[in-house]
Amino acid sequence: MWWKYLLFLAMSVIIWFSFTTPAPQQQIGEASRIFYYHIPQAWICVIAFTLSAYYSIKYLRKRNALDDDCAADAARLGLLFCLLATITGSIFAKVTWGAFWNWDPRQTSIFILLLIYGAYFALRSAIEDEERRAALTAVYAIFAFITVPFLIFVLPRIVPSLHPSDSVINKNLKFTMSPQVRSIFFSSLIVFTVIFFWIFNILKKINLIRRKLETGTI
Amino acid sequence: MGDNSAGLVSKSLAVYVKDLRLELRSRYGLNAIFMFGITTLAVVSFALGQSSLSPKILGALFWIIIFFSAMSGLAQVFVREEEAQTALTLRLTADPDAVFLGKLFFNFSLLILMAVVITPLFFIFTDAPTAGAINFLVILFIGIIDLCAATTLVAAIIAKASVKGALFAVLAFPILLPMLIALTLSSEKILAGEGLGEVSKLLQFLIAYAIVMITASFLLFKYVWQE
Repeated sequence: MWWKYLLFLAMSVIIWFSFTTPAPQQQIGEASRIFYYHIPQAWICVIAFTLSAYYSIKYLRKRNALDDDCAADAARLGLLFCLLATITGSIFAKVTWGAFWNWDPRQTSIFILLLIYGAYFALRSAIEDEERRAALTAVYAIFAFITVPFLIFVLPRIVPSLHPSDSVINKNLKFTMSPQVRSIFFSSLIVFTVIFFWIFNILKKINLIRRKLETGTI
Repeated sequence: MGDNSAGLVSKSLAVYVKDLRLELRSRYGLNAIFMFGITTLAVVSFALGQSSLSPKILGALFWIIIFFSAMSGLAQVFVREEEAQTALTLRLTADPDAVFLGKLFFNFSLLILMAVVITPLFFIFTDAPTAGAINFLVILFIGIIDLCAATTLVAAIIAKASVKGALFAVLAFPILLPMLIALTLSSEKILAGEGLGEVSKLLQFLIAYAIVMITASFLLFKYVWQE
């Protein structure tokens, strides 16, 4: 319980520092502050998707309905963070590059992730039979997940990026972040991750209780 | 039915030949694909009139035609089984791996047939530069492999869903988008006259994509197919 208050404190401190310390990237200026939020959100989105694929694989092996519930919940959370990442990214794009959407490779990747999640839930709503729905959406989640490495790691390096500043930031992350920036950024990353797993755990418990109530056993 | 010791190749071939025969009887899939492709091409050409297009737009247009023709015609390889209620028999008599490979190859044949007709027509109607024709065909061939690799499994998934029509495009599009981006980019470069060396990175991407997708579909298919 106590750690939840610590989490609240940590998040407040991070938000405070993200606005009061000097801007992380001098060339872009104040707008670069958004990377304290935008990158953790995109990172969580990928983690959520990985979790969904993991539970999907688990479901296909053991056919335990709880795993299907967890896969769907991970996908829901992932969709939320994907939306957040897209919105914060568009805000950044508007301020620095002048337009909300430019089809820069990384923007395209996050767009495709949104579509994959959307398709996943469209499929879920199209099948009535529970077991069939679980099996088919599990296969789709795994299959779609396989394209993710292509999107995130391969495509941005192959397709000519119209906006070099995108890769400049990525290089800057590792090499030229000042210790202050680095500490705020990594704390933000950790806090976001903890929040995600906390929410996911709550959803998992709800699913467990619901299943118990329905069947009388687990 | 052959005896159980028949190899995977001959079983897949049996499934493929069955689908081919069915297709030649009714020509439903062929009609859908051809009519879509030709209609789209005609509309584009009519809208163009006398003006010519830049390689970028030509590349994008070509793959739009191919992609949407594929969307209209590739799902029916599984949907037809469900609707004719022959799916259960197929499940009982055939090895799932053979079913997948047979239907994959069937989709591939459909697309090749369509490409053979649509590609020359495309070049004629839009007056596209034919300098790098061989290179263009290489990209086309790999693109077709990619298309059927990704869509055959999705077709199997939606065949069992209740609302089949739009769901196929909705599910297939996100998976196909990285491939489509690479295809339109490389087609644009080829139509602009560059050689295959310029697009080698994109080609590697497409080939890797095809291999990964076929392998993943092959491994996942039996979870979709078996009840």
